[in-house]
Order: sequence, then structure tokens, then C-alpha cells
Amino acid sequence: MSAVVDSVAPQPARPRQPVLRHPVVRAFVSIALFVAFWELASRLNWPWIGQAPAPSKVLDAWMPLLNDHGYWYSWYQSSRRVLSGFLAAMLIGIPFGLAMATSRIFHDVAFPVFEILRPVPPLAWVPAAIIFWPTQELSIGFVIFLGAIFTIVLNVIGGARAIDGRFFQAARSMGSSNWDIFRRIILPGVLPSIIVGCEVGIGITWNVVVAAEMISGGGGAIQSRAGGGLGFFIWNSYIGASYPLIVVGMVSIGIAGYISSAIIRRLGILATPWLRVR
Amino acid sequence: MNAPAPMASKGAIRIQNVDKVYLAREGAVQAVSDCSRDIRPGEFCMIVGPSGCGKTTLLNAIAGFHDITGGAIYLDSEMLCGPERPKAEPGPDRVVVFQNGALFPWKTNLDNVTFGPVVQGKMTRAEASEKARGMMADAGLAGVEHNYPGEISSGMRRRVEIVRALMNDPKVLLLDEPFRALDSLTKSVMHEALLEIYYKNKVTIFFITHDLEEAIFLGHRVAIMTTRPCKPKKLLEVDIPHPRNYSVLTSPRFRELMEETVSAVHEEAVKAFEAGEKEM
Repeated sequence: MSAVVDSVAPQPARPRQPVLRHPVVRAFVSIALFVAFWELASRLNWPWIGQAPAPSKVLDAWMPLLNDHGYWYSWYQSSRRVLSGFLAAMLIGIPFGLAMATSRIFHDVAFPVFEILRPVPPLAWVPAAIIFWPTQELSIGFVIFLGAIFTIVLNVIGGARAIDGRFFQAARSMGSSNWDIFRRIILPGVLPSIIVGCEVGIGITWNVVVAAEMISGGGGAIQSRAGGGLGFFIWNSYIGASYPLIVVGMVSIGIAGYISSAIIRRLGILATPWLRVR
Repeated sequence: MNAPAPMASKGAIRIQNVDKVYLAREGAVQAVSDCSRDIRPGEFCMIVGPSGCGKTTLLNAIAGFHDITGGAIYLDSEMLCGPERPKAEPGPDRVVVFQNGALFPWKTNLDNVTFGPVVQGKMTRAEASEKARGMMADAGLAGVEHNYPGEISSGMRRRVEIVRALMNDPKVLLLDEPFRALDSLTKSVMHEALLEIYYKNKVTIFFITHDLEEAIFLGHRVAIMTTRPCKPKKLLEVDIPHPRNYSVLTSPRFRELMEETVSAVHEEAVKAFEAGEKEM
């Protein structure tokens, strides 16, 4: 009667997957092909892509940095800023979104302002952020916060709207109070959307990190030319016209963004065990 | 077969001259018109009618999900809804089992089943779990307590949902075409399972379907409703004794009852089809 209970029969040995079918192998092949194409295009000086420094030149510029304390300090600085801006966006965005989703009045009052502020690009907030906040770090954190919060809020509202109405009816008829409905239906029902919002949101925080760190002017804690945050590092390399270093900064942000999204995804899977069974 | 007559002392439903008009885009729609019906305590009452005839409107009024615009509904002489209070308060004495199921996907089957007693504060989680395990075992659900609803078959999900409803000790169980989405083999297994659960838990059952065979096999009485607006057309006493099992389906009496009612149902179905009513 049940596939779950009756599946005690010994499983046949899983046939071995060909190496190339493994997703990690495929990922490496894809990255290697991309880098090879880029190297070739750069050496042959093809139009457009030939202008970019070749991967070998980027690597030459990168290698010495791996022993450079300042470069790793930039990683630390940017990660710390992204994380705090992102956490602030979660702490404010999730309750704000839930409030808009559960209260018609609050939604009608707050949503227009939210929608007007939403299209303003974080870069446009930089001057205002510098004026608003007493310290540089707060200004940077604020710009990063703005990058993430709108996506998180929109996902919370959308997720709450998408909860099946029968869940509320069933919960009501079994004697739930409003608080029970909120805690036992709305919160778990909206959780998958919160996770999607956070996954997209943390990607955006890395998108805006260059704009945000333009504020820092090096952050006042420069151990070397490479200190002050990855975003600042790119900006600084641009000023200094060291093109391979710009690419080093870009790739570094790419890697950092990939890692943070992967962490959120993993936490998300742990937090929603029921979605794994589908 | 000796027939345990319905022994429940509570759970009588009186539906009295109920009207329901709702506003749709095309204007006022009369979903239910002057509908009266008495359901005895512990009765297995089947409501049959064409799709979109307003049966679900009636169920929603009893459950307290929607209001009525005329008449009154009583549960054991207590008014659920009526002139002064058009919408009943939903409560654990009348629990609904929905058409496509409404188990909470984020809760394990056991946590779904214990939901009612736990939120009502009637039992501690441990007490509720103990009772739930027993009831789930009785319903053939031992072993899936810690699975999520998404991990078990649809027939099992329906049983989990029925057990979840019964955990509230309801007077009335409201079932809205609960087996509609099941294939016919699973459905026949579910019918016997439901009867078995019913014999163990004395409860009034208000069961909506448009499957006449299902209606006669399960019910003490079958109320055939007209197409919209919904009102009683014919009431059929099913004089086949309980407990029943699937051999009833081939009995001559069962065939007779089918013949007696099939034309009445068919007539309404044709009317509904011609009116082009949509699913409600």
C-alpha cells in the first residue's frame, strides 16, 4: 500500500556513473573551457574580448596576492560588511514583509512608499548614505542593506499570499487562535519563500559591494594596496590602471558570492526538510 | 450481519430553510434555496448532486467558512448560524476533510494528527502523540508517523486527514468529496477503511459526493439535491444493514436502490450540464 513502508527489498547496486556525468566534474569542465576560450581570445587579440587581460596575466597578478595579508583582509572586510548588511535586511525585511502580508491596513499604508523606494539603485543611495550615517562603516552597511531588503520583503509577501486557503480553514476548524495560525501556518508556509528571497538577496549584496565600498576610500585600515574590501580593491585597481587586478577583484567577488549563496541554499534545505521529499 | 444502529447521542444537524445568495460578476447568484434537512445523531448522511449545485456552499455554512443569507442551521439544538449570526464560528466540533486534502506539508503525519488537541490545549504533546499513534495504527497507518505527507500515497494521506479530524472528537465530520482524486481501486479500499473508522468512532458524517454508488454503499440516507439553486429533491433510505462490506455492491437490493435513484440524479446532471454550470 505504501511505497515508503514496503520498500524493504534489497536495493540493486547502483550502476556506476560515468565520470563526465558527475555535476562537479561538469562544473570544472565548464569553467576550464571558459578560461581556455578567454585565454585564446585574449592572445589572438580578438575584438572586444581581446581587450581583457588574459587569464594567465590575471593569475600572475593574483598569485603574489595570496600571500598578501591585505588581500585577505579585503575578503574579511567585504564579507563582514555583506553579512551585517544582509542580516540587518533579514531582521527588518522578514517582519516587515510578514506585517504587510497579514495586515491589510499596514500593507495599504506601507506598500506605496516601499514601491517608490524599491527602484532606486543602491549606487544612487551612496551620497545620501554618506550624509545620513555618522560612520563610514554604517554608510557602507546601509547601501548593502538596501541591496538585499527589497527582494526579501517581496518574497515574504508573495510567499504568504501563496499559502493555500484550505490550510487556514483547516487550522481554524481545529480550534487555532490567530497566534496559532501565524506561528503554525503562516511562518512555515512562508519559509520556502524567505529562503528564496535570502538566496537572491545575498547575491545582490555582492552586486552592490563595489558601490558601497567606494564610500570607504580604503576603510582607514589599509595594510597594503589590496586592503579595504574587495569592492574597493576593484575601484582602486581601476584608478591605478592595473587591469589584471580589476579582474582578480571581479573573480574574487564572484567566488565570494557563489560561496555565500551555496551556504544559504544549504541552510535552506536543512530548514525545510519537507521539501526534500517531493 | 447485525446492524449497530447509530448510537451517538450527539451530532444532530438541523438545516432549516437555508438560503444562500452571493454576489458574482454576473450579479446575484442563488446557490442554495429554501433547503431543509434533518440529520440524525450518528447518521452517515450522503449529499449527492451535480457539480456546482451548491452542496459545498452548504458544507461551508455548517463549518463556519461562509455565511448564509436566510434560514438557520442548528447543531444539537444550538444555533450555529441564523438570522442574528449569518456566519457560524468554526470549531473542533465540526471538522472538515477537504476535497484535495489539506494536510500541512511542513508537519510530519504525526504532528498533523496531533494538531487539533495541541492547539486547543486539551492534551500535552505526549498525550496527543500516544492517542494519535493508536488511532493511526487502527487506520492502517502504523510506520508512517514520522514521514511527511508528501512521502506517502494519496490513499494514506486521506486516511491521515480523517484521523486528524477525528482526533478533535468532533460531533460532525464534514467530508467534501474526499476520495474524488483517487483511482477507483484505492477508492474502494478507502470506503471500507472509512466505514471501519466510522464504526469505531461514533460521529455524524456529512459526506458530499456525486458518485451515486459511493453514496449508497456508505450512507444510511442519501439526499439527492437539485442543481443550482441547491435544494432537496429526493431522500433515499438505504435499508441495507451496517456493517457493510464490498459484497453489498453485488446484492440485488443495492442494484434496486441504484435503479431507483439513478434517473433522479441523471435528470439533475443534465439540467446542470445544459445550464453550463462551472465547478464551484
